[in-house]
Amino acid sequence: MALVTTTKGEMDDFLLEKKEGSVDNDNEYTTWVEYWLDGELVHRSVHVQLKKSVGLKVEAASFG
Amino acid sequence: MANTQAMCTSFMQELMTATHNFTTSTGNTFKAALYLASATVNASTTAYSSTGEVTGTNYTAGGVTVTNGTSPSSTNTSSTAGTAYWTPTASLTYTNVTLTTAFDAVLIYNSSSSNKAVSVHTFGSQTVTAGTFTLTMPSNTTSTALIRLATT
Repeated sequence: MALVTTTKGEMDDFLLEKKEGSVDNDNEYTTWVEYWLDGELVHRSVHVQLKKSVGLKVEAASFG
Repeated sequence: MANTQAMCTSFMQELMTATHNFTTSTGNTFKAALYLASATVNASTTAYSSTGEVTGTNYTAGGVTVTNGTSPSSTNTSSTAGTAYWTPTASLTYTNVTLTTAFDAVLIYNSSSSNKAVSVHTFGSQTVTAGTFTLTMPSNTTSTALIRLATT
């Protein structure tokens, strides 16, 4: 049994329906967890792992 | 309207005017703000703006401070080429927030220097309800660091 922060305050997780999901692509690996109470979403947390950086190409010009 | 992952063009210019200092401890303070999927942040973004930024319970305008525990690094790969790179040393965490309008981008900016923009990073559109949004950084290497400057 664990407490979950929800829109209705902290609740025991056994009172809630838990849903989890993930997406994995070239840009990110994302997971999320949702808790529902009587058909109402009361908690959703998301964890995004970024995979791609932003790069800058630099160049020194040649003479001549 | 859409957000696009990019290094901000103004940031590239500002690198040549010593505007940004990524040195750990003694350098500038960088922050990370979240933007709605309906916003427009991209390479043309020059500074942080609250226009298009997420709003919601426990989210502070301007976002969170970036943890900078490691100064930029550089590696030479040959006598004519190399890469300089930098990555925040901790995840960006927005704790116990409710953000009900979809968001899909984070803007890194320099809060020590007129909030000048550094880079935009995008991800799949998300909402958060009484929960935590965590953005974990890529590994700090020459090929995956969050920001990389490489010779052609």
